[in-house]
Amino acid sequence: MDSGDFYLELSDRPVLFEKATNVNSVFFDEANKQVFAVRSGGATGVVVKGPEDRIPISFRMEDKGEVKCIKFSLGNKILAVQRTNKTVDFINLIQDYSQLEYSQECKTKNARILGFCWTSATEIVFITDQGIEFYQVLAEKRSLKLLKSQSINVNWYMYCPESCVILLSTANLCNVLQPFHFKSGTMAKMAKFEIELPASTAKVAKISERDIAMATIYGQLYVLFLRHHAKASSSPGAEVVLYHLPREGPCKKMHILKLNRTGKFALNVVDNLVVVHHQDTETSVIFDIRLRGEFDGTVTLHQPVLPARSIHPYQIPIAGTNVCHPATNTEGPSAVAGQIPIPCKLYSSSWIVFQPDIIISASEGYLWYLRIKLAPIVHLLTDKGRLMDFLLQRKDCKSVILSVCSQMLSEKDRAPLPVIATVFDKLNCEYKKYLEAEHSYTLAVESSQGRSNALVKRPVRGQAVIDQSDMYTHVLSVFTDLKEVPHKFIIAVLMEYIRSLNQSQIPVQHYLYELVIKTLVQHNLFYMLHQFLQYHVLSDSKPLACLLLSLESVYPPAHQLSLDMLKRLSTANDEIVEVLLSKHQVLAALRFIRSIGGHDGASARKFLDAAKQTSDDMLFYTVFRFFEQRNLRLRGNPNFTPGEHCEEHVTFFKNLFGEQSLLKSTAS
Amino acid sequence: MSLRPVSELLMAFAVQEKHYPPSLLSFFIYNPKFGPREGEEEKKILFYHPSEIEKNEKIKNVGLCEAIVQFTRTFNPTKPAQSLHTQKNRQFFHEPEDGFWMVMVVQNPVVEKQKDGKAVFEYQEDELLDKVYSSVLKQCYKMYKLFNGTFNKAMEAGGVTLLKDRLEKFFIRYLQTLHLQSCDLLDVFSGISFFPLDKMTYLKIQSFINRVEENLSLVKYTAFLYNDQLIWSGLEQEDMRILYKYLTTSLFPRHIEPELAGRDSPLRPEMPGNLQHYGRFLTGPLNLHDPEAKFRFPKIFVNTDDNYEELHLIVYKAMSAAVCFMIDASVPLTPDFCRKLDSLVGPQLTVLASDICEQYNINKRISGSEKEPQFKFIYFNHMNLAEKSTIHLKKTPSVSLTSVQPELMKILGDINSDFTRVDEDEEIIVKAMSDYWVVGKKSDQRELYVILNQKNSNLIEVNDEIKKLCATQFSNIFFLD
Repeated sequence: MDSGDFYLELSDRPVLFEKATNVNSVFFDEANKQVFAVRSGGATGVVVKGPEDRIPISFRMEDKGEVKCIKFSLGNKILAVQRTNKTVDFINLIQDYSQLEYSQECKTKNARILGFCWTSATEIVFITDQGIEFYQVLAEKRSLKLLKSQSINVNWYMYCPESCVILLSTANLCNVLQPFHFKSGTMAKMAKFEIELPASTAKVAKISERDIAMATIYGQLYVLFLRHHAKASSSPGAEVVLYHLPREGPCKKMHILKLNRTGKFALNVVDNLVVVHHQDTETSVIFDIRLRGEFDGTVTLHQPVLPARSIHPYQIPIAGTNVCHPATNTEGPSAVAGQIPIPCKLYSSSWIVFQPDIIISASEGYLWYLRIKLAPIVHLLTDKGRLMDFLLQRKDCKSVILSVCSQMLSEKDRAPLPVIATVFDKLNCEYKKYLEAEHSYTLAVESSQGRSNALVKRPVRGQAVIDQSDMYTHVLSVFTDLKEVPHKFIIAVLMEYIRSLNQSQIPVQHYLYELVIKTLVQHNLFYMLHQFLQYHVLSDSKPLACLLLSLESVYPPAHQLSLDMLKRLSTANDEIVEVLLSKHQVLAALRFIRSIGGHDGASARKFLDAAKQTSDDMLFYTVFRFFEQRNLRLRGNPNFTPGEHCEEHVTFFKNLFGEQSLLKSTAS
Repeated sequence: MSLRPVSELLMAFAVQEKHYPPSLLSFFIYNPKFGPREGEEEKKILFYHPSEIEKNEKIKNVGLCEAIVQFTRTFNPTKPAQSLHTQKNRQFFHEPEDGFWMVMVVQNPVVEKQKDGKAVFEYQEDELLDKVYSSVLKQCYKMYKLFNGTFNKAMEAGGVTLLKDRLEKFFIRYLQTLHLQSCDLLDVFSGISFFPLDKMTYLKIQSFINRVEENLSLVKYTAFLYNDQLIWSGLEQEDMRILYKYLTTSLFPRHIEPELAGRDSPLRPEMPGNLQHYGRFLTGPLNLHDPEAKFRFPKIFVNTDDNYEELHLIVYKAMSAAVCFMIDASVPLTPDFCRKLDSLVGPQLTVLASDICEQYNINKRISGSEKEPQFKFIYFNHMNLAEKSTIHLKKTPSVSLTSVQPELMKILGDINSDFTRVDEDEEIIVKAMSDYWVVGKKSDQRELYVILNQKNSNLIEVNDEIKKLCATQFSNIFFLD
C-alpha cells in the first residue's frame, strides 16, 4: 500500500507517560484528558500529564492502599481518590487551604462505589451499584454536601464530559440505559431507553460497556451501540447503532452503520466522523452520518465512506532525552545506541480507546489523538459530488477543497462539466448559508442596537466557506493563466461558476467578470462578450462600464454597451457626460444633462471647452447660447459669473460673432 | 399591399383601375473578364433569369450594365453606380466579389387605367426604394454564399462549369422566394430578433450548450433559438445574420404545419417511438430508426473572409426551442452520431424549453407587458443587429404582413435613407398625407421609427409621446431624447 493511502493517523505529539507495571498504576480521566501514573499507591509519586501540559504535575501522597480511581476536579484544584468501595478521599491543591485529606462515604447503605465523575470545579457525582449521589465539595470546610441522589440499580456507567451526561446501565441484561444530565448544581433525569436485543433462542449475552460509547456528532449527543451479530445470523457482520439523545424528549434510533464484518471493534469519533477500528484485520473504516444513506422509513443505513485502511504506520522514536519514556530505563543502553525508531504495533490488544478521539497504549506509555487526513481521501472517493459533501463537513477542509477544484480543472484529471457544476453548486450552497447567517446577524445587531448583544452570536466562518475571492485567487485565476487549456473550456467553467453563484443568489464580484472579459478579449471573442452583456450575465457596475470603455479601440460596440450600462446604473450621470464630451459629442452631452435636469448646476466651462475643441463655430455658438439662456433663467442675467471661469470663452465668442451677438440682459 | 382580397380587386376593377405590384423582370450574374474579346460576350454570362430570353438580348443587357458601371466609374472610381432608374423599371448592381457582378431588374409598380376604352399603363417611378432593393440583392449573394461558398472558391474547385452549375441550382429556386412586393425597411436592416430572457435561464442555456459541446466534441459552433428568436450564437455576427434569415424565413416556416397538426394527423412526422422527449431533427433524417433514412445535412460556409469553414448544419428542435449544431463538413455524420445527439440533447432540450416557456410567462406577468403596446414601431440597433417591430404581424414563408399602409412604410424607408447620409444623431418628424405622424430617431447606432395615429395632435404632443415611448420601452439603454 503506498503511503498516500492512509486516511487516519495518530497525532505526532502524543502524551507520554510511565507505562503500566505492577508498581505503577495508570489512570485516564476523560474529563480533563489527563493521564495519572501512580507509583506505589502514590507514596513514590504521582505524575499527571494532560494534552496541553508541557510540565507534568507531580506530587506525592500517602499510600493508603490501592488506588481504584483518581481524578482532578475541572481546573486541577481538588484531587479525588477512590481507594475503597465505600469512600472517596479528597485533597485540596489550593494555596492557603489545608492539604489534609478528607473523605466522603457514599450515603446508600451497603452500596458499592463504582466510580465518580467531576461535573464542574466543585461538583462531583458518585456512581454506586444502587444509584447516584451528586455532591458539592466545600474545599475550605473540607467537607461535601449532598445536592441530590437517585436510587437505581446500576450495572455499569459511562460519562460524556462534553455534554455532562452520565449514562447508567440498568436491568438484568444491562440493556436499559438511563441518562442523567448535570448542570451547575442541578441533576436532570433524561428519558431512559432500551436497547433491543436479538430475539434469538440462544442465551442472550448481557450488553457490555465495551460495546457502548457516547459522543457528540454534529452538535448532537449520540449513544453508539456496537451490535455483534452472531455468525449464524442471516445479517452479515456487525453494525453500530446510533441513538440520538436529545436534551429533552425521547431517545431515538437514527442511524445504523454497516460494518460488513465481525470480530473485535473499537469506536472513536473524529471530526464528526465515526471511526470503527477492527482488530482482526488491523484496519479502520469511517462513517459520516450526514452523507446520504439508505433510509428505510425509520433509520438511515450507512456504508463506510471509504474502503477500510490501516491507521498510518507510526514510529516510536527512541530518544535519550525523553525522560518519561520507559524504554530507556528498561531496555538498557543498547537501545539508546540504536537510535532507529521502532514501528509501533498498531491495533494492539493493549490499546484502550476513549471518546471521542483518544487511543492509549498503557503498555508503551503513549496517549495519542486520532486524526483524519483529508488529502488521501481525494483519491479514494472518486464521486466528486460525494467527496465535496464529505469535505465540506470537515474541520480543516479548505486547502483540500481548493486543491480538488484545481485538480478537476487541470488537463490531466479534468472532470466533465456536469461534475464541475455539481461541485460549484455544493460550495456555493455552503457559502450562501454563511452569507445568510452573517446577514441575519447584522440585522439582529442593528435591531437590538447594543442591547443584549450577547444573545445574538456572530456566525463562525468555518473552513467550508469557500467564497469568490478564494475561488478566484486559488483556482480560477491560476487556471485561466494556463496556456494549454482551451479557451472554450475556460469560458465554460467561468460561466458555470457564475451560473452557480446566481443560482444561490449570491452577488457576483467584479473580478470574476473581469476574468471572463479578459479571456474573451484574449481570444477575440467579442461577439460572445456582446451577447453576454446583452443578457446582463455580467451585471452592471461602474468598473465594468469603464473596462468596456477601454475596449472601444479594439471593439467599437463596447462604447454603446458601456453607455447603456452607465445609464442603467443611474448613479453614473457624470461619467456619461464625460464619455460623451471625450467623444466630442457636445450636443448629445448637453441634451443628456438637460434630460436628467442637471443643466442648472453644470459647469459651462467644461462644455464650452469641448465645443471649442471641435472647431465647429456653430456648435460653439449653440452651446454658448444655451448657457447664456440658462444664466438668464437662473439669475436674470445672461452673463457668466467670475466663478465659472468663462472669460476666455466670452472673448472667443465676441471675436467670432461680434459683441452684438451676446445675449442682452432683459433687466438692462 | 400585394395580397389584396378578391373583393378589393373587384372594386378596383369597378373604378377601372388595376394595380400591379413591383415584380422581378430579370436577374443575372456576369464577369466581364470571362469574355473580353468580341464575339465571346456570351462567356461573360454566368447566370441569366429568365433563361428563355434570347441570347443576343442577354448579351445586350449585360453589355449595357457593364457600360453604365464603367461610365459611372469615371466619376467615382471606388463607388460606381448602384442603381439605374428608368420609367418602367429599376436596375440594381452589386459587385460582391472582384469582377463578379449581380444585376437585378425590378419592374416599377404599374397602375392600369381605362382611358377612352383603352388600357393605359402608368408606371410609378418613385415608389421603389433603392436601399430596400439593393439590400435584397446583397442578401441574394449572402444566401448563395452561405450554402455554396464564394464564387471564387467554386472557380478554384471546378472552373466556370461548376460555378454556373451551382448558380443555376441555387438561384432558380431562390428567386421564386424573393417576394419583391413585400420588401421593406426590415430587409435593409436584416436584423435579428432576440428572445427576452432573464439572466438565470440564460445561464442555464449557456450551461446546456457547453455541456453538449463538451460531450459531442465534433460540434464546432452552436446557436440557440426560441420562438424563432435568437438567444445564443456561437457563430460570428455576420454569419449568424444570414443563417438567422434562412432559419426564420425558410426552414422554420416549412416545419410549422406539421407541428401545428395534431398528434394523430398524417401531416405529423412519425415519432420514432421515443416519447420521453419532443426533440427531432429539422434537417437530416426524419426518423432515426428508419433503415432507409438518409443522414445528409445541408452544408453551410462561414468565416469566408479568413478561415473559410465548411460545416454540416444540424437543426434540432424540441417544442419551441431550436438548436443549430455546426460540425466540420470533412467529418461524415453517421447514424450513430445522430442517435447519440438525439438521446443526449432531446431530453435536456425538452426540459429546457419548458423552463424557458415558464420563465418567460412569469417575466411577462411581472413586467405587465402582456398587453400589446399601442405604438407601432420598428427598432434596430446596428451594433448587435437587434430588431424589433410591432408593425410586422407575422412572417410567413410567402409574405411578411404589415399592419400599416404602404405609404407609411415608404416614409420609413425615406427617413432611413436620410439617416444613412449623416453620422450625427438625428430626429425626423413627418406628418403623412393620411394624417398619421411618422417619427424617426437615430441615437448613436440605434434607429427607432414610430407611427402615431393621432390625427389632431400637434408637433409638441407627438414629441412628448415619443419621449414616453422611449421611457417605457427603452429605459435600459442609452437613447438620447
